[in-house]
Amino acid sequence: MTAALEMTRVAADLGGRPVLRDVDVRVDTGQFTALLGPNGAGKTTLMRAALGLIPLRAGTVTSGSAGYVPQRHEFTWDFPASVQDAVLSGLVRRIGLFRRPGVAHWQAVWDALDRVRLTDLRKRPVGELSGGQRQRVLVARALVLEPAVLLLDEPFTGLDMPAQETLTDLFADIARERAVLMATHDLTAAAYTCDRLILLNRTVIAAGPPSDLKDPEVWMRTFDVGPGSHLLKALDLGGA
Amino acid sequence: MSPWQFLADLTNPDLAFLPKALTIAVLSAIMCGVVGCYVVLRGMAFIGDAVAHAVFPGLAIAFLFSGSLVVGGTIAGIVTALLVTVFAQNRRLKEDSVIGIFFVAAFALGIVIISRAPGYAGSLQQFLFGSITGIPDRDLYVVGGTAIAVLLAVFLLHKEFVAITLDREMARALGLRTFWLDLTLYVLVTLAVVMAVQTIGNILVLALLITPAATARLLTDRLAAMMALAPAIGGACALIGLYLSWSWDLPAGGTIVLTLTGAFLLAHLAAPRHGLIARLAA
Repeated sequence: MTAALEMTRVAADLGGRPVLRDVDVRVDTGQFTALLGPNGAGKTTLMRAALGLIPLRAGTVTSGSAGYVPQRHEFTWDFPASVQDAVLSGLVRRIGLFRRPGVAHWQAVWDALDRVRLTDLRKRPVGELSGGQRQRVLVARALVLEPAVLLLDEPFTGLDMPAQETLTDLFADIARERAVLMATHDLTAAAYTCDRLILLNRTVIAAGPPSDLKDPEVWMRTFDVGPGSHLLKALDLGGA
Repeated sequence: MSPWQFLADLTNPDLAFLPKALTIAVLSAIMCGVVGCYVVLRGMAFIGDAVAHAVFPGLAIAFLFSGSLVVGGTIAGIVTALLVTVFAQNRRLKEDSVIGIFFVAAFALGIVIISRAPGYAGSLQQFLFGSITGIPDRDLYVVGGTAIAVLLAVFLLHKEFVAITLDREMARALGLRTFWLDLTLYVLVTLAVVMAVQTIGNILVLALLITPAATARLLTDRLAAMMALAPAIGGACALIGLYLSWSWDLPAGGTIVLTLTGAFLLAHLAAPRHGLIARLAA
């Protein structure tokens, strides 16, 4: 398998505070990988470092083209844009300065919308979409550039179960031909559907297929919980 | 006064200042309407207000040295916009605090400067609330040229402005130069505002920037339609406002702003999908 994203001994700071230290991450094409960790563990910082949005303090990042799906609240949903306008905004650099979108650009937009099954809603104002539909718009906006690796930052926040399951299927499907790295707090869903898990708390505590991560101790260390935690029970790793 | 009488006055050579004032008011309303769409959608009304006030020291200096008010105001506005953009990059401070510091400082500087001018009370009132007399012919060319430049810049950079408004984080991830785009947008806001300051006045010019765009937003969910409607509403209200002010001998700036406010309230009531009447009927 080929690595679509490889981070080696990466360190990064946020506002002068050390956030990530000695982080080694590898995401391969064809893999659906979950990035798990408590709030403040550095999940978003890791993604932003992978994208080159923040300077590295140490280490290297090697990445194919990356598509980013930031948290849903970053997007101005009351903007008077249709679904296809929003997806087209992902192509702004490719279209180029002072230029207008051409037929090929619109075709790429419609292909991406077809991929996330939003073709029927392509002319709807983004403000009128449900949470799950909004998330799919953001995924299409990232897919429109045909990225080698897709980075999803907490795509399930605030969504109900049916919307989460539809999205999970979609991500697993996308991961057949690309690499997908998803930060999430939904541990059980991640353990159930993802090919690999990365447990992060300032550094990578453990990584591997869910079946290899049966030691409760690494989960306790990552999430800073005791042996009696519900978390371990939910993951079927014992606990009181 | 009938519209015909107004038309006759507009063409009366003894009242040459009137068509000049009308041209400048309508052109600046069109510019402000277009640029105002980004201002309203980005929720940066405060920076519009700031730039409007920040041009004041430039006007005061130009007045003191009998220079061009338009040039003086533009320089002061752009300097303030630059300071705000640079200082707002510091994540510890929110942009609105930075704006609050610099625009009041600029306005204070203007007050101090103009107090040095003999008989400043009259000119102060003219700056703050606008005046339709005493506009030099040269300003017509300046305003016309600026309008073309501003509209061309908006046309060329539209998709970049949309991208940074929709999602800054994503725009940065895509490699857009958000700093330069922000600065360009602030400069465009400054230019649009400065052109309007003379007729509408320093305090009231914010209405040209915000009200037509906000009114257009109520009427449509499509950006292209909004950006066509806003300058149309602004231009029409500038014309109607000036007509009313001329007929009833009212201050031009105040009358134009109240006309705009009337249009906004009308849209709020009667907008096709989101207006009060449509919602009550639904």
